[in-house]
Amino acid sequence: MYVYDEYDQKIVEERVKQFRDQTRRYLAGELSGEEYRPLRLQNGLYIQRYAPMLRIAVPYGLLNTKQVRKLAQIARDYDKGYAHVSTRQNFQFNWPELEEIPDILAELATVQMHAIQTSGNCIRNTTTDQFAGVAADELVDPRPWCEIIRQWSTFHPEFAHLPRKFKIAVNGAKMDRAAIEVHDIGLEAVKNEAGELGFRVLVGGGQGRTPYVGAFIKDFLPWQHLLTYLEAILRVYNRYGRRDNKFKARIKILVKALGENVFAEKVEAEWAYLKDGPSMLIEAEVERVSKFFVDPAYEALEDQSEALAKLEAEHPGFARWRTRNTFPHKKPGYIAVTLSLKPIGTAPGDITDKQLDAVADLADRYSFGELRTSHTQNIILADVRQDQLFTLWNELRENGFATPNVGLLTDMICCPGGDFCSLANAKSIPVAESIQRRFDDLDYLFDIGDIDLNISGCMNACGHHHVGHIGILGVDKKGEEFYQVSLGGYAGRDASLAKILGPSFAQEEMPDVIEKIINVYVGQRTEDERFIDTYRRIGIEPFKERVYAKNH
Amino acid sequence: MQKIIKGREIVTDNWHLLPKETTFEEIPNTDNVIIPVALWLEHGHALTTRDGRLGVWLDSDEEPESIADSLEHFQVIAINFPAFTDGRGFSYARLLRERFGYKGEIRAIGDVLQDQLYFMQRCGFDAYVIRADRDPEAALAGLNDFTVTYQTGADQPQPLFRRRLA
Repeated sequence: MYVYDEYDQKIVEERVKQFRDQTRRYLAGELSGEEYRPLRLQNGLYIQRYAPMLRIAVPYGLLNTKQVRKLAQIARDYDKGYAHVSTRQNFQFNWPELEEIPDILAELATVQMHAIQTSGNCIRNTTTDQFAGVAADELVDPRPWCEIIRQWSTFHPEFAHLPRKFKIAVNGAKMDRAAIEVHDIGLEAVKNEAGELGFRVLVGGGQGRTPYVGAFIKDFLPWQHLLTYLEAILRVYNRYGRRDNKFKARIKILVKALGENVFAEKVEAEWAYLKDGPSMLIEAEVERVSKFFVDPAYEALEDQSEALAKLEAEHPGFARWRTRNTFPHKKPGYIAVTLSLKPIGTAPGDITDKQLDAVADLADRYSFGELRTSHTQNIILADVRQDQLFTLWNELRENGFATPNVGLLTDMICCPGGDFCSLANAKSIPVAESIQRRFDDLDYLFDIGDIDLNISGCMNACGHHHVGHIGILGVDKKGEEFYQVSLGGYAGRDASLAKILGPSFAQEEMPDVIEKIINVYVGQRTEDERFIDTYRRIGIEPFKERVYAKNH
Repeated sequence: MQKIIKGREIVTDNWHLLPKETTFEEIPNTDNVIIPVALWLEHGHALTTRDGRLGVWLDSDEEPESIADSLEHFQVIAINFPAFTDGRGFSYARLLRERFGYKGEIRAIGDVLQDQLYFMQRCGFDAYVIRADRDPEAALAGLNDFTVTYQTGADQPQPLFRRRLA
C-alpha cells in the first residue's frame, strides 16, 4: 500500500498543529460554536448525542497492521474499547473527549493516518472495491488512481467550501462493488480499443434526501486528464451548485436542473482551459504511485479445490462459511476472506480493541500484513493461502469473525442511528438486531440467499437504504419513531433506487414486515432466482398486498 | 482607517468600499473607492476619468467574466464572502489570476477569518479585510498553516507530483 514520503508526512503533521490551535481557540472562546463547526467537520469531528464522534480516514479502505494496532490502542485509551467501520470504509470513534482529539490525531499521524475531510462540505474519502488488486474480474487496479485523487483532493484550496459534501468512487472491475453510480462522481477505469487506459465518468449520483442514479458524461477520459477533468467538474459545481438550501446543494440537483448534456458542456468548456496545463498527469507519477500497489510476494501455488472439498465434507460449518465469506482471487492457490462484523447482537460494523489487535495479528500471519474495510462494514484479508484457509477459519471463529453471513440478510448495512447520531430521526441498531434475531436460522438464511438489507436512521441515508434490495428508513411521526420500507434498490452496475412500499411501521412490527416480504419472495421465486431478480420480475404489488393485508 | 492584511503585513487601508445601493452620482471624484461591479458595468468608462483610484467588488453570485476585459482599470478587485462557508470566491480569484491574468490586488471581504486565509492565498488573494470583530494581527498566522501543497495554485504553478521529480 501507499507509504508517505516527507511531503505527505509533513501535511498530516501540520494538520495536527492547525487543528490543535483551532480547538484551543474554540475552547478559549475565541471561536464561536458556529465558527468552529465547519472546521471540526472537515476534520471528521461531530458533536453527537452523548459525546463527540471522530471519523478517521481509511483512504479507499486500505490499512496495514501497524495502523490497526494504533486504532486498537486509541479505542482503549480514548474510547470505550471499541470502534465502528462506517459505510465509507472509514473508522469511527463514538466516545472521545473533545479536548483529547488533537492528541488522537497526533497519534494517528505517527502511523500515516488522519481525519482530513472525513466530513463537511468538501471532497471526502475516495472509495473503491474492497477486492481491488486481487479480484479475478478486475481489469484495472483502481488503487493508484484513488491515491492520486486523494492527494489532489487533500486541502484543495479552491474546493475547501463546496456547496455540500462530495464523494468520489472508483471501480476497475467487471462487477461494480464500489457503487459508483450513486456517487457525486463515479469513475470506471476502462481500456479503449488501442489498449490505452482511461475513465468512464459519471456525475450526479447520490443518496440522501433526493436519491439519483448518476449520468455518464464522458465515455473515455484518457488517464492523463483525470485530475484536470475532475477539477473542471468541481469548478462548475463550486460556482453553480445551490447554496441557498442545503437539501438542494448536492451536485445531483445541479446536474438535474441543467440537464446532463448542458452540465457536460459546461465541464467541457472549463476543461478546455485546464486540460493540457501543469495538472495533466505524467507517466512518472503514475509509476511512482503504482509501485506501492504491486503484488505482494505471492508463491507459485495451485488451487486447493479438492483438499478444501474434503474439509468441507467433514466440517459443514466450514463449508457454509467458505460459500459466503470468501471471494475468488486472481492468483491460483489464494483466496480473499471477509471477516463478518455482523454477528447477532452486535451493532453492524462495531469492533472491539481486542478484536482489532486480533485482526492485525491474523493479517500479519495470513495476509501480508494488510487488510481492508468494505462499504458493507466488514473487514477483508485479501491474500490468504487456500492451504491455510481451514486454520484461519478456526482462528476467526475464536475471535467472533466467522459468522457465515456475508451478502445474506443479516449482513446489513446500518448507520449508527438515533443511539448515537444527532441527525437521526430514529434508532437503527435495535431494528437491525430485531431482524437478525428473527432470522437466526442459518439454513433459512442460506436458503434466502443474496440480499442487501440497508438501514438508515434518517434521510441522510448513511445506511444506503435507497440502494438496498430492502431498504429501511427511520422517520419521525409526531415525535415517534417509525420505519418506512422500500424495495428494489441496487448499488451495482445499472444501479436502481428502491421504491417505497407504503405507510411506515412501528419498530416492533419490523421483524414481521421483513418476514412477510421474504415469504413473498420464497413463494414466488423460480429456482436460483435472487431476491432482486424476483422483485424485478413480479414488481412491488405482491409484496404490498401481503404486508398490508388486513387479516393475515 | 481600518487595519487590513496586505501581503503578509498589517497595513492601514486607504480604500473606501462603497455599498451595493450606491448610485453613480454618489461616487466621489478624488477618493480611492471600490465600487459595486454593477456600477462599473453600467457606467464603465465614465469612471476611468476620475482623479481617485478605482477598484471594483464582486459579490459571491457576480461572475468575474463580466470584468475580464476591463481589468486594466482596477487597482483592486474585492471579492465578497457573505458567509465563511461560501466558497465561490475561491474560484473567482483563481480565474482572475490564472485565466484572465489580473496582476493587481485581490482582496477578500465579508466573513473573512483566520482559517480561510491559507486557501485564499493559494487561490490568488493577497489582501484580507478580517471581520471587524476579530484581530487581523492574530489572523495573520492562518497564512502559514501549511508548508506543503499537493495542487497547483496561483502561488504555485507546478503540482507536487511534478516538483517531486525535480
